[in-house]
Amino acid sequence: MSDSQVMTMLEAINHTLHQEMARDERVIVFGEDVGANGGVFRATEGLHEQFGSSRVVDTPLAEAVIAGTAVGLAASGMVPVPEIQFLGFSYQAFHQIAGQIARLRYRTRGRFEVPITIRSPFGGGVRTPELHSDSLEAQYANIPGLKIVLPASAADAKGLLATAIRDPDPVMFLEPLRGYRMIKDEVPLGEHLVPFGQARTVTEGSDVAVITWSYMVDVARRAAEELAAEGINARVIDLRTLVPLDVDAIVAAVEDCGRVVVVQEAPETNGFASEVIATINDNAFYSLEAPVQRVSGYDAPYPVGQLEDHYVPDVDRVMDAIRATAEVPT
Amino acid sequence: MSSLTDATDHPLDDQTLRAMMQAMVSSRVFSQRVFNLQRQGRAGTNAPVDGSEAILAGVSYALDPTQDWILPQYRELVGLERFGTDVLDRYVLYALGHPDGGHIPAPTRVWPPQISLATQVPHAVGLAWGMKQQGEDGCVLAFLGDGSTSEGDFYEACNFAAVLDAPVIVLVVNNGWAISTPVSTQTRAKNFAEKSHAFGMPGVTVDGTDPVAVHDAVSDARSRAVAGAGPTLIEATTYRLGPHTTADDPTRYVPADELAAARDPLVTFGVELAARGLWSEADEAETIATADARMETAVQAGEARAVSGEEIFEHVYAHPTPRLARQQAEFRARQGLDGARPQTRPGGAS
Repeated sequence: MSDSQVMTMLEAINHTLHQEMARDERVIVFGEDVGANGGVFRATEGLHEQFGSSRVVDTPLAEAVIAGTAVGLAASGMVPVPEIQFLGFSYQAFHQIAGQIARLRYRTRGRFEVPITIRSPFGGGVRTPELHSDSLEAQYANIPGLKIVLPASAADAKGLLATAIRDPDPVMFLEPLRGYRMIKDEVPLGEHLVPFGQARTVTEGSDVAVITWSYMVDVARRAAEELAAEGINARVIDLRTLVPLDVDAIVAAVEDCGRVVVVQEAPETNGFASEVIATINDNAFYSLEAPVQRVSGYDAPYPVGQLEDHYVPDVDRVMDAIRATAEVPT
Repeated sequence: MSSLTDATDHPLDDQTLRAMMQAMVSSRVFSQRVFNLQRQGRAGTNAPVDGSEAILAGVSYALDPTQDWILPQYRELVGLERFGTDVLDRYVLYALGHPDGGHIPAPTRVWPPQISLATQVPHAVGLAWGMKQQGEDGCVLAFLGDGSTSEGDFYEACNFAAVLDAPVIVLVVNNGWAISTPVSTQTRAKNFAEKSHAFGMPGVTVDGTDPVAVHDAVSDARSRAVAGAGPTLIEATTYRLGPHTTADDPTRYVPADELAAARDPLVTFGVELAARGLWSEADEAETIATADARMETAVQAGEARAVSGEEIFEHVYAHPTPRLARQQAEFRARQGLDGARPQTRPGGAS
């Protein structure tokens, strides 16, 4: 029997939920349509059959109480893994996530552990209706107490999700819905934990560093592969977790390449790319050979289907930014 | 007429009735003292209890402090002494702005004050859900005010509680006012208990100036909860006899005649117990003196409790992120805590 298997990211998430629920009976999965339906993307498929309706629970359509009950469940000793069906729906749970989940440990001086993992798909490119695609990682990264985790490969989806569920602190586990079935790679079948705060080098290169996360990793990788033919070797760094942030990997990339592009799908203003650039400024400014470039969504609400391909950063835009950065004379 | 007078064979014995009266009188003393601390510049904004004493006594003596949980809003912490002396001591710290004010230590089954209105009701439902899931006995009671019933969390939580048959009691303290907003501006419902119909759970309105009536309603709800019969919505009516908080001037909006006509639970229950030979002016004086001394100890201990600025960084996570650790190190350096001179960035990576 092979000890690894090619899976889509979705299959890896499902497989991990099965393993974690079997490992720890305190793990409880709940949310909208996660039960018999197996989730609208099938991320929770089969859990209901295997673990029953007391551990895989369909909730009323009410995001605030999904997040809010997670607080009480955690305090009771359970390990809640709620699903917010789309991250854009978390606007209706923001007060519970930011105001309550994130600070329960802090305000009770550690009396209550908060091992909550909120799973939620986000990102565009699949013609969803409004409010299904918003990239809100920067909003949540600005909330002390939360950890922000964004897998970009199937193997990482497993390793980071298992780490999230076992972590004693609340985690926003944000899944790129466009990558659910498109991202496919070798996933270890046994215990596989990826620690938080350790970025992954996706492509080697020393001309330009492309720092990104989630589905944009795939876009950046394709851009890097095309540019290799032009003689530009880009190193794509997948941050994997924004909180905690792997500053050492960012610094090393800047020191090795001297030129940096940061790519995000979210709007430009106050996006996490700004934080990455400020971090470079603080820690590696004198290693820069060119101004850091940003590629991002626009400062407009996430648009409807006929517009979204113009909005989400694509390979061309990332290539242009890499070229522009590489061409700045030393 | 109180429920005590209605039932000649009421299960509450004389000793418990006296204890409830003592708790009511004490809670007002505690509350006034915390209020005065704010006036003296020693404590932050706080919400006095006046008018809610009987509700807190009724709840305290109906629940089991070893099995049940109480999730307060923010006005209740002075009246839950039966659940543990920590509750008051930590509430004093909370009012003093000490970070440990939010830490009511185990095994006391009371949560700290909740400022974000009605957010504690989903927490209570989740806690009750988890207890049920793990086969624990007991129930969870969440307090909220009449104004907080307008929050979405109240509706979402009550709805889900009923769906789950969660062992929860949602207790609405209807004291007539949400700061300056009267109940008539809050809802067109005839009362708050009837909102229970929409959730498919029992709802009852009780006289919140009568601790025995509150006790009985909460006892019934608790019996249902622990028997697996699900949640109950209780509305306890009273009148807010004081300001909303230390920062409020109710003379701007509370009609004087209405306030003058309002029943003071300390007076009505005291008179009733006196008629039964269970309470006297001497009892009252002794209770006040004891409460004053109790509070003096709590305030002295609270004001003497050390606090380090570094506590900013503690308990954000189980283990600080590298960035938070860097910030803490910078803070320590700036404060001279390491004996080092203040440093400025750029520093090490994190």
